[in-house]
Amino acid sequence: MLLNVNNLAVSFGGVHALNLDHFSLRDKELRVIIGPNGAGKSTFLDIICGKTKADKGEIFFNGKSILGKTEVKIAESGIGRKFQKPSVFPGLTVHDNLLLAAKMKKDIFSSLFFKSTPALADRIHSVAVKLSLTNVMYKLAGDLSHGQKQWLEIAIVVLQDPTLMLIDEPAAGMSDEETEKTGALLLELSKAHSIIVIEHDMKFVEQIANELVTVLVRGKRLMEGTFAEVKNDQRVIDCYLGRTNAQLETL
Amino acid sequence: MKTKNNPLYYILFIAIFAILLPAGYLSGLLSVNTISVWGRYFCFAIAALGIDLIWGYTGILSMCQAFFFCLGSYGIAMHLLLKKTVAAGAVLPDFMAWNKIDTLPLFWQPFHSFGWSLALCLLIPALFAFVIGFVLFRSRIKGVYMAIITQALTLAMWLIFLRNETNLGGTNGLTDFNTLLGYSLSSSSVKLALYMISFAVLCAAYFFCYRITNSKFGKVLQAIRDSESRISYAAYKVVDYKLAVFVVAALLAAVGGMLYLPQTGIITPGRMDVKASVEMVMWVALGGRGNLKGAVLGALLVNFLYSICTSLFPDSWLFILGFLFVITVLYFDKGFMGLLESIKQRFSPTRFKTPQTTH
Repeated sequence: MLLNVNNLAVSFGGVHALNLDHFSLRDKELRVIIGPNGAGKSTFLDIICGKTKADKGEIFFNGKSILGKTEVKIAESGIGRKFQKPSVFPGLTVHDNLLLAAKMKKDIFSSLFFKSTPALADRIHSVAVKLSLTNVMYKLAGDLSHGQKQWLEIAIVVLQDPTLMLIDEPAAGMSDEETEKTGALLLELSKAHSIIVIEHDMKFVEQIANELVTVLVRGKRLMEGTFAEVKNDQRVIDCYLGRTNAQLETL
Repeated sequence: MKTKNNPLYYILFIAIFAILLPAGYLSGLLSVNTISVWGRYFCFAIAALGIDLIWGYTGILSMCQAFFFCLGSYGIAMHLLLKKTVAAGAVLPDFMAWNKIDTLPLFWQPFHSFGWSLALCLLIPALFAFVIGFVLFRSRIKGVYMAIITQALTLAMWLIFLRNETNLGGTNGLTDFNTLLGYSLSSSSVKLALYMISFAVLCAAYFFCYRITNSKFGKVLQAIRDSESRISYAAYKVVDYKLAVFVVAALLAAVGGMLYLPQTGIITPGRMDVKASVEMVMWVALGGRGNLKGAVLGALLVNFLYSICTSLFPDSWLFILGFLFVITVLYFDKGFMGLLESIKQRFSPTRFKTPQTTH
């Protein structure tokens, strides 16, 4: 198992945001986590990547405990994160955004005396092609559309070349066409990386969930199964009210 | 689409300050005081470059640059004063004798030597910056809290320097020097030489900052300004970068201070009071944040304006500065340099519209 999580708990001001008994992920697995708002999905990813400190529990990544390590240590060990709200560097060009993300030595002196190599340029270019960013390479990232920012952030994560990618709502704010393209891309990436995706859009989940889907509700793991199992589970349907419920039924 | 390397600015700058001004003096059109005044402005511009690095590029509002500037000045002042004291056959500078001190304080001793003075003028600010930065950045203090803490620190240092017990001349500061390395500070040729040295150091500092900001290091700084969390999830140690740029900024301020002292002939704690430290930040804000040319231009222009205004309407300088600041914040947030760029853009529309009209 690449990732093993046991008895992970965190609460904010007395409210249990997450109380996860167990979660594990195989190498090169693409896992989708769904759940209603406030289920603790993003909190879970926040804890894995070091943004939020857990109250108790353990997380083993590649056999090593990563709980309580700094963001940088966790990133160095091979975990990349895409946030729900696209977080890119608006004051830098798309190219520079990608350059900073690319896997290389990242201490002060390496940055001061950094010289680009053809191999690196190729790598940045090929990722940019994959995410349709070649036309906007020298535009400021702050001037991109929402969808392009989402792709740019995915590109940033891809260039980091992490073992495990944590992708938070990649399809939010995208058109149907863009969503489908994002899905295809994630499927392709899952051949070489382990990925955890959080998503609300059920059509998108159906497209990418070839393996297991985990359902979180109020911080707890409700169930885990294939997309078909999850879709037809009465408890899952009960948990989803309103719009998302309607979405489930139409499928 | 940036007009990064427009040589016009550099040519104008060098033509005015390396040729026109010295030529004006040599031909008798300008007094040596004018030369000296501009030499001092160059020192401020050097410090402003540091402020631009730390604030404009990295987004950390440091209000203690004036303190680092003074550390540089005080170091050189101590050396000059000791030289004068020794030359006069005394053991203690006059002000110490008046304060009834009988032996030279230990921390004054190394300033007998010029080499040690130079080294300490750089080492002490760097060390201060390192310690302050280490504590603040590690505890993840940022934004307005950073500004408040550094301002409070400068205030505390100002109070310490004001006291006679600190043995740095108290309110009166250190003054009344006569020679630097054997050259008389009152001679016009030394003043011109100091002007040229300041100019050269400013150019070198500019080039140095230019290299930094255009390297990948500079991009990381901008990335820290834009999104600190994103850059740390990309495995950059933000604290290291902040610390490095904070120390560099402190060094630039100190170098400015060191060159400033022999040209003014006096340093008092007034150079680092609250007003002075806010003013330093304003140079960069008015000139154009995140733009090295803007920092230099801002420092020169604001100080030039200051000298005009204080002679024309002596009491209203702070009102004028405040008014300029409000205007800048409201209407041209990229400062004077941003204004210049946008004017240029308006007058050469073809160059900027081509990329949009292609589709």
